[in-house]
Amino acid sequence: MVIEFYLNNEKKKIDIDASARLLDVLRENFGLTSVKEGCGEGECGACVVLVNGRAMNTCMIPVASIMGKSIVTMEGYKHTDRYKAIETGFMEAGSVQCGFCTPGFVMATESLLNQNPNPTDDEIKEGLSGNLCRCTGYNMIIQGVRLAIEKGAGLW
Amino acid sequence: MKENISKSILRVDSRKKINGEAKYISDWKFDNVLYAKTIRSTVAKAKILSITLPEIPAGYYIVDKNEVPGINRMQTVVSDHPVFAENDVQYIGQPILLVVGPDREIIYSIVAKIEIQYKEQEALFTLEEAEKKSTVFTDYHYRKGEPETVFQQSGQLIEDEFTTGYQEHVYLEPQGIAAEFKEDTLFVYGSMQCPFYVKNALLDTMDLPEDKIRVVQTITGGAFGGKEEFPSLTACHVAIAAHKTRHPIMMIYDRSEDILCSTKRHPSKIRYKVAFDKNNQVLALDVDVLLNAGAYNGLSPAVLQRAIFAAGGVYNIPHINVRGRNFMTNAVPSGAYRGFGAPQTIFGIEMLFYNIAVKLGVDPLEYKMRHLLKKNDPTSTGGQIREEVKLPEIIKKVIEKSDYYNKLKTNKKYQGIGISLFLHGCGFTGKGESVINGKITLEKNKDIVTLKVSSVEMGQGAETALRKIVAQTLKIPIENVIYGEVDTGLVPDSGPTVASRTTMIVGGLLRETAMEMKTRWNETEQFEISKRYEHPKYLHWDDDNFSGDAYPVYSWGANVAEVEIDPVSYEITIKNIEAVYDVGVPIDNRALKGQMQGGIAQGIGWATIEVMESENGKLKQSNLTDYKVPTSMDIPEIHCSFVLNPYEFGPFGAKCAGELPSVGVPPAVAEAVANALNKTINHLPITPEKLMEIDNGN
Repeated sequence: MVIEFYLNNEKKKIDIDASARLLDVLRENFGLTSVKEGCGEGECGACVVLVNGRAMNTCMIPVASIMGKSIVTMEGYKHTDRYKAIETGFMEAGSVQCGFCTPGFVMATESLLNQNPNPTDDEIKEGLSGNLCRCTGYNMIIQGVRLAIEKGAGLW
Repeated sequence: MKENISKSILRVDSRKKINGEAKYISDWKFDNVLYAKTIRSTVAKAKILSITLPEIPAGYYIVDKNEVPGINRMQTVVSDHPVFAENDVQYIGQPILLVVGPDREIIYSIVAKIEIQYKEQEALFTLEEAEKKSTVFTDYHYRKGEPETVFQQSGQLIEDEFTTGYQEHVYLEPQGIAAEFKEDTLFVYGSMQCPFYVKNALLDTMDLPEDKIRVVQTITGGAFGGKEEFPSLTACHVAIAAHKTRHPIMMIYDRSEDILCSTKRHPSKIRYKVAFDKNNQVLALDVDVLLNAGAYNGLSPAVLQRAIFAAGGVYNIPHINVRGRNFMTNAVPSGAYRGFGAPQTIFGIEMLFYNIAVKLGVDPLEYKMRHLLKKNDPTSTGGQIREEVKLPEIIKKVIEKSDYYNKLKTNKKYQGIGISLFLHGCGFTGKGESVINGKITLEKNKDIVTLKVSSVEMGQGAETALRKIVAQTLKIPIENVIYGEVDTGLVPDSGPTVASRTTMIVGGLLRETAMEMKTRWNETEQFEISKRYEHPKYLHWDDDNFSGDAYPVYSWGANVAEVEIDPVSYEITIKNIEAVYDVGVPIDNRALKGQMQGGIAQGIGWATIEVMESENGKLKQSNLTDYKVPTSMDIPEIHCSFVLNPYEFGPFGAKCAGELPSVGVPPAVAEAVANALNKTINHLPITPEKLMEIDNGN
């Protein structure tokens, strides 16, 4: 099946098995390895990308369903000012340890702030609750989001 | 200028991890790569009668026990696990053979057609059955004082028993490994804690000369002990496949395969018998520690040692008798997990003291404080506490910060507060550090210093901490200190990245070496200095009788946990964690706090929601849908602070830290739950179902 979609703001066309997981298509057909497989069951959030601006688990998405949609991965997102704010926030807050979950958390943060630029602590926790981190105990990730909001004032 | 090592700096590896450029092993690409899929036992104990293979297409291979060039055993403490099953299998998930080839779809179609016939045998599943049938792998014993005499004379005895469940590591990056031959040299790349363990295992299994094996650690997405001994097994698998096919081989587990067959925290049962003096002080303890080692002993004897040496906790008990046994069951082998046996026994001793105090009608914390170890006291193995024990200061701080006594008084039913006191022996147990005899190298080339160690960055911050130690010692920017690639062909064996030893032992060696380098800083020629670890001469350890100094020094802590329990669903909400630690001197305040918060989150998980159970040898949990770990919604704000207590042999005074938070928090949570319901908690994890039963009258 031929799928047309936007990947990091570029139009792409690929002829592929309609049931292939978006995760595998991004990693293998497009070499976008910021998208990580942590569980393959939509539980951990390591494979989250933005689909039309919303954080979604690519392991749960058959590629056929992205026809005409816009996909943004870290490879594209990292050039934005919003990313820079999140990067600075995460670095300064100590949000990163092993890093395997981190791109997914950045995506979840973007999705959260896009919908709610001034979340409360509880809303941050809820917004990140689809992403697992086993290293940090989340405190410093939440702090990273708070700092990102500060650094990126006006961007969301 | 006064050095302030604790002042936080930015982690050196964070940007590439945030922007997704960091390459984990699953992101690596090899030309002409073949993928490997493992065929595993589906039964708990059986003889293999036959293996029927379908027609194998050209370019695809079967790799099994017959392809092992050397010894078909994975090298570890007890090298009993076959690399590939021989004529029998001992647990569900045991590797039998690999299917290897270029296209994963075709590999799966081959896998689906392989038929294995078993003759099933009677298997052992639980610790109870194993104890009845005495399937003992290891039986350790030590004593201090005259416990038998005290127990004979004592009229007043208390007995108590505690049990704990499995814990799965859930490092976010599943196990992954790759191998290739470049000419006649084998290269293995992967996510791991102990590159030289992997190399030594390959030496046995591959029968290659030492200089023909190189093990390269790739960026490691969490480990927590789960990548201590286990990658030695998968490394042998891919190495044998590469040897047979002469192609690069990649083997990346998905989560369910990882959970099915990787090591876990040992389920335990701990029995205590207590004798008292006339003032109700604990005079003698008899401790019986039982660990479920699973089908092979492997690393379990080392875990058992740490478990039994922690059996007396932070208390000075005059007479103690400890027995520890690893039992064989037909279950996936248990192994290293953050804390390494100590979380089980520290849970036991802390809850024992709590239960005794409640029975005596005295304040639990006050009762615990009547027994605290202090400087120059004997340890339970007859060694000596050499450092000042700052527990009184730690306790004062933690009860003030948490408003412990006020809350203890004003809490309503279903609200609880608990406090745990704990310690952790720093570095390897017993003679471990002398046996490993870790070596490091520092190389100076103009302004650039390269540190060469086999210690790995796995998320804990080792790269930042070790570079910072060298940079601050030499008074040069951290950018001028390079962390050499962890490749066994390029770095000396500074030991495995385990036992909370990296900062204290390896960092200590680096600091000492950097100080020597500083005296030669003006030399213009490139030079390097290497140093080997020397165990402090005043420490004595008798490995046959388990007597002496089991550890060179200890780190200490106290945690307060506050909980609320839903009166209908019995779900536990952790409201607050207050933690105070003595880890000597923090090498980086923020990094250390992050380590502690993460370890606490794992401890909370183990104590509450992380349920892993086995039924007839089959794990009931197979993925992250049914094995739940804490999310951002489950973890409260965690307050951590540190009491300084510099250790003379640690870099800048640092002691051990990484395991301490996972050791300390579970009993604080359990006490808080016990306090909330005014009931006894003797088992982890405390699930809502169990709690409901307990509250409704046990």
